[in-house]
Amino acid sequence: MEILVCVKRVPDTAENEFELNSEGNDLDRDDLVYSVNEWDNYAVEEAIQIVDNLGGSITVVTVGDDEAEEVLRREMAMGANNGVLLSDEAFEGSDGKGIATILKAEVEKGNYDLILTGAQADEGAGQIGGMLAAMLDYPYASLVNKIEPADGKIKVGREIEGGNQEMNEIELPCVLSIQTGINEPRYVGIRGIRKVASVDIPVKGAGDLGLDAGSVGEAGAKIKRVDYFVPDLGDGAEMLEGSTDEIVEKLIEKLKAKGGL
Amino acid sequence: MTQIFAYVPFKNGVAEDVALEFPGAAKKIDAGASVTAVVTGSGADLDKVAGELTKVYSEVIKIDNAAMAYPNAEVVRKALTNIIPAGAIVLVAHDTFGMDLAPGLSIKLESAYAADVVDFEGMDGSTLKIVRQELGGAVSTHVTCDASAGAVLTIRPGTFAPVDGSASGAVVDKSGDAGDLSAKRTFLEVVEAEVGEVDITKSDVLVSIGRGIEDEDNIEIAQELADAMGAVVSCSRPIVDAKWLEKSRQVGTSGQTVKPKVYMAMGISGSFQHMGGIKGNPFIVAVNKNPKAPIFQVADVGIVEDILEFMPALQEAIEAL
Ligand SMILES: Cc1cc2nc3c(=O)[nH]c(=O)nc-3n(C[C@H](O)[C@H](O)[C@H](O)COP(=O)(O)OP(=O)(O)OC[C@H]3O[C@@H](n4cnc5c(N)ncnc54)[C@H](O)[C@@H]3O)c2cc1C
Ligand SMILES: Nc1ncnc2c1ncn2[C@@H]1O[C@H](COP(=O)(O)O)[C@@H](O)[C@H]1O
Repeated sequence: MEILVCVKRVPDTAENEFELNSEGNDLDRDDLVYSVNEWDNYAVEEAIQIVDNLGGSITVVTVGDDEAEEVLRREMAMGANNGVLLSDEAFEGSDGKGIATILKAEVEKGNYDLILTGAQADEGAGQIGGMLAAMLDYPYASLVNKIEPADGKIKVGREIEGGNQEMNEIELPCVLSIQTGINEPRYVGIRGIRKVASVDIPVKGAGDLGLDAGSVGEAGAKIKRVDYFVPDLGDGAEMLEGSTDEIVEKLIEKLKAKGGL
Repeated sequence: MTQIFAYVPFKNGVAEDVALEFPGAAKKIDAGASVTAVVTGSGADLDKVAGELTKVYSEVIKIDNAAMAYPNAEVVRKALTNIIPAGAIVLVAHDTFGMDLAPGLSIKLESAYAADVVDFEGMDGSTLKIVRQELGGAVSTHVTCDASAGAVLTIRPGTFAPVDGSASGAVVDKSGDAGDLSAKRTFLEVVEAEVGEVDITKSDVLVSIGRGIEDEDNIEIAQELADAMGAVVSCSRPIVDAKWLEKSRQVGTSGQTVKPKVYMAMGISGSFQHMGGIKGNPFIVAVNKNPKAPIFQVADVGIVEDILEFMPALQEAIEAL
């Protein structure tokens, strides 16, 4: 099975307190800690387990800047065989459709049976997989939490509301978006990263992919971000302050009043 | 005039709550827009829901086909692509079916796509102003959407105020226009979630832990606090993904819906998928070491502390009562 896994470098929500920049039109990105999108690790792990069982190879691909290379190396340290960085100034400002258009061009350069994405990334969109599939006219299933390969087809479970699982049969080639919990992504140590540190990762731009620069990037984008802001959601929580003992005391009073004790 | 179509999901002949939220969302896009509901399915359930929707929408399009008896996103996408006119705005719920359907639908309709919209700030010409959230709700963002060739938009369930059903609309049967509905994906069955040892939906007080618990061994700290409070331990999704607790303890859209009196969110950031499982307006206490955690926007009481130190302190004080 030839598998392509799409991965993205994103700000790590566990490691950052997000602040706006002084103009208020972007996050203050200077000190942000980035990592690979949580969902993408599950996608790569799933690909590794499939290839362990059935043979084949795994390519990880990302659309991003020079720094995005680090997430490809991390996923190669996990076990992906190849990495491809799709990078070009013309890609900057792409909306979801632009990213999917760029990825489609790369898919068509290969011969993949299975394309995996994460269920969603930092923007909470969950859009790339479904768009890519529709552009390729491949079948698609989102929020996949089980994959059972069979001949020329696979059986996939989708996680639906309430944690129920919707089973489907889907023809290959196809695109699947992977939900967390499908497996337990393996740990990647410093040693693993070092092993792939000098592996060559090709970089492809719009020209290499045969893309018209006007169809991607800012020029092709129908969705454009104007600014970031912190919403004003009314009063928010009443914050309890003081020493831990004082807070505990105040909280206990409230819990008694609300039936919590 | 803007033409807006709302794809209404339903189960067992009953429309999901979002059916009442689409008209409010549509009004925020364009107060003068005409809004048409679209339902797909088969047989009596479909007829029942289409009939009910005429109380909310002046026009309800139904597409009846045995291939859509269970909503297979690929099949529904094909039917909608044949029925929705070019340039229209299509509203879909940002739920597990909407996420399956909507991105591909926007490609086939050659229109713009914006996901998980939490608010609209009107339309300027054919440019829509949209409010979304990123990074698990930590920041909000304004985006513009060029809807000149139409747009597919998923809206977050529960965020737009529901309307009262006071219309007396009509059902239009477009089953004959659905076209070829063959698909490369086939629905097999739904496997129901396993019932766990503990039923968190029955407890009035939940001590709910998130990724802030940091380590499997620390779950004991939460369990001891819960014991002292006569509460039950529930959790957010990452705790189940890590296999530290069983799935039946997970609160959220892909877990359990709970209605406690008191909900203690310990080291939980407050993503909408988590909060979506908390109903009945409980008293929410959030303890989080990040003063900017989104949970503080929705909790009743907030405490900026390390849960690993705060929970034992609270437990001790309760036991001393
Ligand atoms: C389709 C779909 C369905 C989903 N369904 C669900 C669902 O049903 N339920 C669900 O929960 N999620 C669900 N999710 C996942 C959801 O998007 C979030 O990823 C998840 O809720 C985050 O869990 P969390 O708050 O525990 O973790 P995080 O977002 O990582 O937050 C951890 C918090 O703990 C704080 N913290 C860290 N250490 C400490 C400490 N020592 N003391 C105090 N605070 C600390 C941090 O500041 C942070 O705010 C779903 C996602 C998708 C795409
Ligand atoms: N820039 C990108 N490069 C490669 N893959 C991406 C990119 N952005 C998103 N994806 C893929 O699409 C998935 C869902 O992201 P999104 O649709 O942006 O929420 C991610 O988990 C990735 O697999």
